[in-house]
Amino acid sequence: MNSLSLRTQQQGIRRTLWWLLLMLCGSVAFTVALVPLYDVFCELTGINGKGVNSAQVLQSTGIDQQRNVEVQMVTRTAAGMNWHFSATLSHKAVHPGEIHQMWFRMQNLGRTTGRARAVPSISPAEASNYFLKLECFCFNDQQLAAGEVLEVPVVFQIRSDLPEDLHRLTLAYTLYPQTGP
Amino acid sequence: MTSNSYSSATEHAHEPQLRGLKRWLLTTNHKEIGTLYLIFSLTMFFIGGTMALVIRAELFQPGLQLVQPEFFNQMTTMHGLIMVFGAVMPAFVGLANWMVPLQIGAPDMALPRLNNFSFWLLPLAFSLLLSSLFMEGGGPNFGWTFYAPLSTTYAPPSTNFFILSIHLAGISSILGAINIIATILNMRTPAMKLMDMPLFVWTWLITAFLLLAVMPVLAGVVTMMLLDINFGTSFFNAAGGGDPVLFQHLFWFFGHPEVYIMILPAFGIASMIVPAFARKRLFGYRSMVYATASIAILSFVVWAHHMFTVGLPLAAQLFFMYATMLIAVPTGVKVFNWVATLFHGSISFEVPMLFTLAFIVQFTIGGLSGVMLAIVPADYQYHDTYFVVAHFHYVLVPGAVFAIIAGVYYWLPKWTGYYPDETLGRWHFWLSVIGVNLTFFPMHFSGLAGMPRRIPDYALQFADFNLLSSLGGFLFGLSQLLLVWVVVRCVRGGKPAPDNPWEGAEGLEWTVPSPAPLHTFSTPPEFIPERDSPSRA
Repeated sequence: MNSLSLRTQQQGIRRTLWWLLLMLCGSVAFTVALVPLYDVFCELTGINGKGVNSAQVLQSTGIDQQRNVEVQMVTRTAAGMNWHFSATLSHKAVHPGEIHQMWFRMQNLGRTTGRARAVPSISPAEASNYFLKLECFCFNDQQLAAGEVLEVPVVFQIRSDLPEDLHRLTLAYTLYPQTGP
Repeated sequence: MTSNSYSSATEHAHEPQLRGLKRWLLTTNHKEIGTLYLIFSLTMFFIGGTMALVIRAELFQPGLQLVQPEFFNQMTTMHGLIMVFGAVMPAFVGLANWMVPLQIGAPDMALPRLNNFSFWLLPLAFSLLLSSLFMEGGGPNFGWTFYAPLSTTYAPPSTNFFILSIHLAGISSILGAINIIATILNMRTPAMKLMDMPLFVWTWLITAFLLLAVMPVLAGVVTMMLLDINFGTSFFNAAGGGDPVLFQHLFWFFGHPEVYIMILPAFGIASMIVPAFARKRLFGYRSMVYATASIAILSFVVWAHHMFTVGLPLAAQLFFMYATMLIAVPTGVKVFNWVATLFHGSISFEVPMLFTLAFIVQFTIGGLSGVMLAIVPADYQYHDTYFVVAHFHYVLVPGAVFAIIAGVYYWLPKWTGYYPDETLGRWHFWLSVIGVNLTFFPMHFSGLAGMPRRIPDYALQFADFNLLSSLGGFLFGLSQLLLVWVVVRCVRGGKPAPDNPWEGAEGLEWTVPSPAPLHTFSTPPEFIPERDSPSRA
């Protein structure tokens, strides 16, 4: 191999290297973008059952008196959390389009003041985009002194265009301790 | 060419020969680095194998006999991590280092110093990983898939070391992949077009692109774990607005292409050895290349078949089921391709061919149980049972590992100048085949009967199958010592091998002397596509 073709080869290697580094940067950027993409995808499709984490606007599409949908309330506290957390009503039959209010009761059984936040989950997940929370205690942290009891509401509406095959929704809240500011 | 211009451009090749430790520490020679990779991988194979034997010894009979459940979990985790990242992947990189330049007629890798760096990252990474076993709280115990929150909220304190070692191994893989691509694309001997390359080179080119695409995702996942553990972020923590399922999506977006990273070069090795010992050209060179590329592309759209049970929407489950089954098509193209090559061939059964034939049969068994697992309703039943363990061990051990061993036997005469001992090789082969099938075949049955994976104890009805698996495991593990003996004997001496030790073997690697001198192809070899190309008419 003469020096000329050797130089072309070295240039070729350098060029390939730049392309590969560019590709590598592309994969890194893609990886970083995956997290927000996942969140946006889940919010649009509702497939992780989280729903929207802020107050939603009332939909005035009329009430479907013919249909009854059962809404179940499930509560749990995170492992090791010394709070009591329950729904005052375990289930309720509602018509799609109606506005309802449900109450939840939480009590700090510990000896120190604590702060907690409820994280909602709706199943089946495909219903989560039809479950509108007009007001929810889960939008904010709750601070309770030792032994203090608090009753908190969620105001919700099930959109009247809820898919026909859904007859029962489960709204699950998990209470997690909050630390930091 | 003038000798002057050559030596100035490849200076590293003409430095004074170093001796002892420094020679290996500072080497930039692709053959020496290839040897280092292979020795490292063999060492890791035995370390990971010892852990597998601890697992099999504990599972020999029901009840807890030898180890505590916490240590058992560390063994399953470390066994998986070491075999995947420390044994199988470096073995393929080692073979690529040795053979890719020889097969394309290049004097060395494109970036020799980088090559040295990517190798020496590995011993560092795995000493760190192994050292975590001796730390307070023990080593990683969350399974090789390190699902959050097991690997974040509930992880032992040593997890930071685990994360660092995965980072190092990942950087090593990325640099290795860059080097291999740069070599293949720029340093082929002048007349060799892409479609004239040996299939081992082709499969490695595609594998290297896969590595480049998904290793950053793995790095991203472990970085998020690091942030979740130490800096209060909540990527995978539901309490802070994160999502543990996100971890699984990210992990398997890396993990599924990773599976093919560990099998594509094995396809390449089989596609070299089958034609050589059938004394026939490969039935369909082009279809083999296209099938490899199709598998690589499809590997990016099937990841969620590892997580059918997390509660995916029906449409997603159907998509991932059909996409997964689609992979059986290019894989079938490959298997039929090898079979068609054997058809009407004049076959001889030297040790490399024995291992390759076993690879084809056993890999197909693993592939078929993969199709079973792809069926969503069936997967709900099989998920997290020993059926899954049987499936992925069939593609990885009697699959990828057998192909690596076949490659070692095939190229040993070129590396050492001597034939490996045929009798010992046959013993090694038959003990391995019997051992490996005795280990993993009963796992299909214990899995179908409902035995969950990753448990140190089990219900009595699984006792017989587990006894068989344990016996097979020890047989397979111990018979690998024969491989070491064969290799050591072959390095020391034996029947001298000519330049081309196999009657039907083709390729540029057989035009250099045996053993291959440290520097080969300082002038590009003659390559006439009409005569030498594996795709010639």
